[in-house]
Formats: sequence, C-alpha cells, structure tokens
Amino acid sequence: MAKLDPNRSECAFTDFKAPYDRDQAVMEANRCLYCHDAPCVTACPTSIEIPEFIRKISTGNVRGAARTIFDANIHGMSCARVCPVEVLCVGACVHNLQHVPPIQIGKLQRYATDIAYAQRWQFFEAGAATGTSVGLVGAGPASLACAHELRRLGHACTIYEKRAVPGGLDTTGVAPYKMRADQSLDEVEWIMGIGGIELRTGVEVGSRPSWAELQAQHDALFLGFGLGVDTPLSIPGEELAGVWGAVEFIERLKLGKVAVSTVRNAVVVGGGNTAIDAVRELLGLGARTVTMLYRGTEAKMSGYGHEWEAALVEGARALWQALPVAVLGRDRVEGLRCLRVDDDKRPVQGTEFELEADLVLVAIGQAKLGELVAGLPGVGVERGRILVDGEGRTGNAKIWAGGDCTNGGMEVVNASAEGKRAARSIHAALKGGEKGTQGHG
Amino acid sequence: MVDLSTNCGGIRSPNPFWLASAPPANSGPQIQRAFDHGWGGAVWKTLGTPIQNVSSRFGGVDYRGLKNIGFNNIELITDRPLESNFREIYETKKKYPKHAVIVSLMVETREQWQDIIKRAIDAGADGLELNFGCPHGMCERGMGSAVGQEPKVNQEITSWAVEYSTVPVLVKLTPNVANIVPHGLAAQRGGAHGVSLINTIKSIIGVDIDRFVPQPFVAGRSTNGGYCGAAVRPIALHMVAALAREPEFRIPISGIGGVTNWRDAVEFMLLGASSVQVCTEVMLRGYRIVEDMIEGLTDYMRDKGFSKLDDMIGKAVPNFTEWGELDLNFETVAKIDANACIGCHLCVVACDDGAHQCIHPAKDSRVPVVDEAECVGCNLCQIVCPVPGCITMAPVDNGFAPATWNDHVHDGKPLRPKKAAH
Ligand SMILES: Cc1cc2nc3c(=O)[nH]c(=O)nc-3n(C[C@H](O)[C@H](O)[C@H](O)COP(=O)(O)OP(=O)(O)OC[C@H]3O[C@@H](n4cnc5c(N)ncnc54)[C@H](O)[C@@H]3O)c2cc1C
Ligand SMILES: Cc1cc2nc3c(=O)[nH]c(=O)nc-3n(C[C@H](O)[C@H](O)[C@H](O)COP(=O)(O)O)c2cc1C
Ligand code: SF4
Repeated sequence: MAKLDPNRSECAFTDFKAPYDRDQAVMEANRCLYCHDAPCVTACPTSIEIPEFIRKISTGNVRGAARTIFDANIHGMSCARVCPVEVLCVGACVHNLQHVPPIQIGKLQRYATDIAYAQRWQFFEAGAATGTSVGLVGAGPASLACAHELRRLGHACTIYEKRAVPGGLDTTGVAPYKMRADQSLDEVEWIMGIGGIELRTGVEVGSRPSWAELQAQHDALFLGFGLGVDTPLSIPGEELAGVWGAVEFIERLKLGKVAVSTVRNAVVVGGGNTAIDAVRELLGLGARTVTMLYRGTEAKMSGYGHEWEAALVEGARALWQALPVAVLGRDRVEGLRCLRVDDDKRPVQGTEFELEADLVLVAIGQAKLGELVAGLPGVGVERGRILVDGEGRTGNAKIWAGGDCTNGGMEVVNASAEGKRAARSIHAALKGGEKGTQGHG
Repeated sequence: MVDLSTNCGGIRSPNPFWLASAPPANSGPQIQRAFDHGWGGAVWKTLGTPIQNVSSRFGGVDYRGLKNIGFNNIELITDRPLESNFREIYETKKKYPKHAVIVSLMVETREQWQDIIKRAIDAGADGLELNFGCPHGMCERGMGSAVGQEPKVNQEITSWAVEYSTVPVLVKLTPNVANIVPHGLAAQRGGAHGVSLINTIKSIIGVDIDRFVPQPFVAGRSTNGGYCGAAVRPIALHMVAALAREPEFRIPISGIGGVTNWRDAVEFMLLGASSVQVCTEVMLRGYRIVEDMIEGLTDYMRDKGFSKLDDMIGKAVPNFTEWGELDLNFETVAKIDANACIGCHLCVVACDDGAHQCIHPAKDSRVPVVDEAECVGCNLCQIVCPVPGCITMAPVDNGFAPATWNDHVHDGKPLRPKKAAH
C-alpha cells in the first residue's frame, strides 16, 4: 500500500474524542439498558446490533463485540471515529428522553474495534469461488464494503481507483482529529484481508480503461466514485493564490503539507460540515483567526450543531448572512469583498464591506460526477446523481451504484451500507443468472 | 419527637444500629470509632480459643458492573488474645456507658462456656451473643452452625449460658437450615432473651476460570464460605418474618443479613426486628454509613407518625401470610405512562420471552401497548422498566368477591376466570 509522508500536516492533531480504556468501556457498557428492538440500531444505517455488542463488552467478550460490529459494518473501525453519532445512534439513545447522558456508542465501538485491529482478529473468510467477477469503480467506503461482501459470497473483485491511495474521503477527507489517513489505510488493508480483492490504483475509469473495456471484463459493475472537485465561488479574483477548494486543501493537509502557521486571517466560505471541519483544522494548525463566512443564519447552517459548538470552543469566529462577491489582492489573496444577505439569502445592495483574508477556503459543495457515466447505456442520472433503487440497481441490469455518487454526499456509514446492500443484490443477480439479465427500472 | 432508643431482649442502646460480630467489631479502638460515628451498639467479634486465619479470606459477587452485591468470607472467630479483647471491652464500656457492647462467644465444653461468660461479663458486656451460626471451619470442629443446626444441642448450650449469665443472652442462628422456626424455638426453650439472625449462608462465591480454583484463592485451593451482603437480604427477611409470625415464638429478634441503609433497616423492623446488625456494608463503605441510617430512619418515622420504635416493629407481620390466604380474585393489569415511557422496549421483550406475550410494539410510536385482556398482572414489565413510576399495576374491578385458595377449597367460593391460560 502507498507510503504516507510521516511529517504530513495532519500528524499535528490528536484525537478529539479520547479512547476508552478497559475500565471506562466496561463501566459505560454497564450503563446500557440493552433495549429491545433498540432505537440506536434503527438510527444506524448499517443496523449494528448495538445493545448486543455493548453487552459483550460488559462481559469481557470483546472479540464477540467486534464480530457483531463488523458483521453488520465492515467499516466499524472508521465509523466508530468518524460517524456523527450525535445525530445517529447516540442521538437515538433512550437515555436522552430521561435527560440522562446517552451511552457513548461510538467510543465503545472504537474500544472493541481497536482491540480487534491490534489483535489482528479476522472474522471473515471468502466464500467458495463462484467464477464470476465484479469491477468496482473508486476505492472509497462504498466500493470497499461492496467488495468485502462480494468476497464473502465468493465473487472475484477488482477495484479501480484513480488516486494513488485507496479509502476515498475516509483517507483524504475526514478530519484528522477524528481519524488520520494512515488509520484509514489500515482499515483498507484490514478489509482486503479477506483476500481476493484486486486493487488497481492510479487508474481513472472512463478514459483508461474505458467503460466498454470494463464491461467486457466483468460480469457486473459497481459505481462508487463519490463526488467531484470543490464547487467554485465563480467570482472575480478566485484564481488568486491563497484561494483553495476546501476538500482539495483538506486532502493536502491529510496527505502532504500545508503552511498555515503564518496565516493571520483565514476565511472559510460555507456553512456545512466541510466548512466546519476546515475551520477546526485551520485553528488546529495554528492560523491566528479563522472566520466562517456563511450566507445563512447560525440556526440554518447545514453543519452539525455539535461540530460548530466544538469549533467555537476552539476559537472559531463567524460572519452570518454575508456573501463574498470578489476576491481582492494583487499577487495573492488579501481580502474578500462581501455583501450582506437577507433572510431569504438574497444580497442586499449597498451593504458592501471588505474582509481581510490571507487564506480563503471555499466549502460550498462538491461537483456531482453524473456525466462520467454518459457512456453507460441505461444508467440514469438526475442532477448529477446516479439513480438507483433500494438495492442499489441502476437502470442497467449489470451495473449497481452506491455512496456519495448516488446519495449526493452523506456519511461514510451510508456509503458502506449502500455498498454492502448492492453486493447482496449483485450476488442475487449473478446467482440467478437470468434474473440478472432481465433488467429493472 | 422521634425516639430511636432501643431495647432488644433487655439490651439497651441509643439507636437500633449495631455492628454485627465480624471484622468491623474486631477491637476496642474500632468499636469506639464506630460509636463516635453514631452506631448504637456492637457485637464484639466472636471470642473463643483464638484461631489462625488464611489469606485470602473474602470474595465478592459483581453484577452488571455493580461490585459486591453479595460477599463471602472464610474467616473464623477472633485471632486475637482473649486478654486483649477483654481489656478493650472494659475500656470501651468505660468510655461509652450508654452504648451496647454485646460479646459474641463460641467455645465447646460446658466449663469453657462458664469461664468465658464470666470473663465477658466481668469486662463489662451488656449482653452475650452465642454464635451458633458460623458455617465454615468452626462447624467442622463441632461449633458454630453444627450447634445451630441441632435444636437439642442449641437448647442445651443456650440453657448453660443463661444459667451462667447475669446479662441478656441472644442466640445467633444459622440460615443453613430448611426451616428456621424450630431453631428459634429451641433457643427460646433454652431461656434465650432473644435471637439474632441470620449468620452467613454456605456458599462458593465464584471460580477463577483461568486457574480453575474456586474463590477466595488460598494457595491453589479454596473452601466453602459464608454468603452475606445485600444479596442475602431477602433470605434474611424471610427468616426473621417466619419467626416473627410464629405464635409460639415470643422473644425479640435482632435482624441481620444484607442491611445496607435505613430502608433495609425499616424493612427488617416492620417484619419484627427490634435492632439490626450490619457487617458487610460497613466492610465495604465504612462506619460513616450510619449517619444516613439514623437520619433516614428518623425522617421515615416522623413522616409515618411513629414516635418510638415499638410503634413500627412488626407492623408488616400480620400481612405476611401463606399463599393459600392470598386473594385469588385480586386482579391487576399493567399500565404504561406514555409521557414517562422512553421507548426501550424492555417490557416488550420481558413479557414476550419471560411472561405472557401481551405487550406489543405500537405502529407509529415507541410506547408499547398492553393487551389488557391477556395481561395476567405478573408485574415483570414493571420490574424491568428503567423509568420509575412509568409502569403501574392497576387494580381491575372484575366483579368477583375476594376468595383465597383456602376459601375456595373449604367454602367453594368462586374464582375469577384465569387469564392468558389458553
Ligand atoms: C471534508 C470531508 C469530511 C468528511 N468527514 C466525514 C466524517 O467525519 N464522517 C463521515 O461519516 N463522513 C464524512 N465525510 C463524508 C464521507 O467521507 C463520504 O460520504 C464517503 O467517503 C463516501 O464514500 P464513497 O465511497 O461514496 O466515495 P468516496 O469516499 O469519495 O470515494 C470515491 C473514490 O472514487 C475515486 N474515483 C473517482 N472517480 C474515479 C474514476 N473515474 N475512476 C476511478 N476512481 C475514481 C476517488 O478517487 C475516491 O477514492 C466527509 C466528506 C468530506 C468531503
Ligand atoms: C468477614 C466476616 C467475618 C464474620 N465473622 C463472624 C463472627 O466471628 N461471628 C459471627 O457471629 N458472625 C460473623 N460473621 C457474620 C456476620 O456477623 C453477619 O451475620 C453476616 O455477615 C450477615 O450480615 P451482613 O449481610 O450485614 O454482612 C462474619 C461475616 C463476615 C463477612
Ligand atoms: S404484568 Fe406481566 S403479563 Fe402483564 S403486561 Fe406486564 S409482563 Fe406482561
């Protein structure tokens, strides 16, 4: 697997949520009510039997706990770190209704999965070879989960990844105070431990190999290529040095080096989770002041409240209801010209003001890659998203898809769940032979 | 004003909280500290021919993260020289004339009993407790529970002690018997002024599953010990109540076994105990627990309008009866308070798997629905529910007059139709 620079910028970060040791884990596990038909399970996109794995931690059956987690979610290790549990399982914990602190499910999951990794426990074996082969596009969580499940069912898998490193945004995107790139690569290696998954990096599907070549080589395809580049502001001066797409910048700090310590005034444009991550990352890397510039109100921001609260504690500033209209500067960015916006996010003329900035990150979304599949007959696209049914089937009977490229950008856990679900569907189709050729809507 | 002053078989103390004969009552300095904390009395660690103890001696039962809900020990009676004990009894009594110092004794022969009783009383004992209860070690030497399990021997030794004693004599009973009543009556026939119960229950507290040795670990082996602590309280309560409701049994009871706080003490007293003794909870938490016990009991009595302990002692005994005297026509069903419910569905799975399959998940809410036509009113759901007061057992007017099994068998009184007995 690709070697990472040991001095890359992300290594400056430590865990935002400290891990549990055994005593802490057991004590927390013992608080769990062991609900039946539990709301936390329903809230988890991969439906991990949470009360069951927690009970196993409480009895000292950590191996069993890890098995329960991975059986439902092969990304159990990264999910434990990167899932927004506050709005998923932990948010659904019944303790919330009693105004008792909810069970720290993510930390318990991390406890069990970290031990499983440290002990190199392997839980899964490849199924008996079926003789069929599936090609997967992109080596992000969606494809990896799909491939792992396909291997359990005995299908050969080849993953094509355009980057040098696998793992998708789990490797290149998630905040380093949740998980570092090397940990994501460990996970990829762990998942590939089932054997029989061929990973081809540096391969951009669509150009070389072409879709036709790929279709000829495999009995089925899974599309898990995620989203595209950062959406630009499309305002004058955006080409100036010091203006970055946030996802691109984050990839740099995760895999290489960024110079932030001399930055005096950083501005992050946007109000979603990528924007908040960028703010916290800049603060962590030593930028003097970091301001989030968002056209909505604090109440309306799409980023999670718990993340923004953490950013505030770390020193974030915000400018609500304002919009950049030009990037100012001669050789490089020196500031932003902004306008106030009203409650309907419409610019209000005459409210122009200037904001000093020596670094600007643009976090207003990522391009959808729908046009990539233009050459694939039957694959429907709507506003850049690949259209799939509940099983991940596209309109082409031999092509499935999942993850960010279908859902428009959600979480690792959604991508993993969708990849696995598609694998089951692919298996049913390949096994059924005819069923696979019938075509579906 | 609430008066906690206590008289148990003629032994008086400022309150009903006594240290049981055990490590917390091992020495004068300890007992004096306990009295400073507020304990009303102490039963001195059993005196006899000093023994040699093993290491380790104790074990605990943990449950779902709670440590030591049950406890056991394989320790024997005092290992300290009798002279030291008697000297400290004397000093303690001198410093604390109003507190009760009861001396626990265990010897073999009539002569030994005569001798040790005289020395205990000379030292200043307010009462004696005959240890007929220790279930390990001492019984193999013909003492402790070996005596407590034989009503004849119990009665005989009790009568010796009563003959030699000028202070009240309590007999400490062992729970390691099928029915406690004959043993309490034997002590009464021997002339005892009261009984104390329970001593510990024969047990193996656990097994070291890596070393394949039961616990506690003594050089690779172990032995059965005596079980005590919170987990034994239900057994102790039953034994106390069984004696308290026995018409022929008339002497006072000092209640022991799993008392951890004032509520436990109240339960023992309502079932007939005149004083309560505590060992394990003090071993786990220290003498300081008595502060809450005194406050809690005082406030409880004030709330209930009791001015002295006699107003409450035995108050629940008339309501403790046999199964055949329970009203079979009394019917309840479970009611779930939708506002309090947190949707854990523990009642659903408990009723499904452990009761009568009559709590069902609701379609568009996490609040389950009780099928009242099927609910037998067993109250399992109420017991598993984590929210206090969320599930109540509501009486149902089924139109049937009260009828016990005995009424039904003897007088043919009609019984309501059974529920969920398809
Ligand atoms: C900055 C940021 C932070 C995030 N933080 C979190 C978080 O904390 N928690 C969380 O749960 N989620 C987070 N997410 C979202 C999460 O990372 C994604 O939802 C998830 O990774 C989607 O998985 P995927 O497999 O669908 O796509 P991706 O992870 O995007 O993987 C797609 C892969 O396909 C490759 N690819 C693209 N085109 C081609 C092609 N033509 N040929 C070959 N390969 C191709 C890409 O290089 C990439 O490796 C974050 C996202 C971002 C942008
Ligand atoms: C370590 C230990 C030693 C004990 N030693 C004696 C003893 O010497 N004499 C005695 O009568 N009872 C002895 N007991 C029994 C206690 O006095 C008491 O009857 C029993 O522990 C139940 O009360 P508890 O649940 O409050 O501990 C001992 C108990 C323990 C735990
Ligand atoms: S009282 Fe018993 S039978 Fe009735 S609902 Fe509760 S658990 Fe079921």
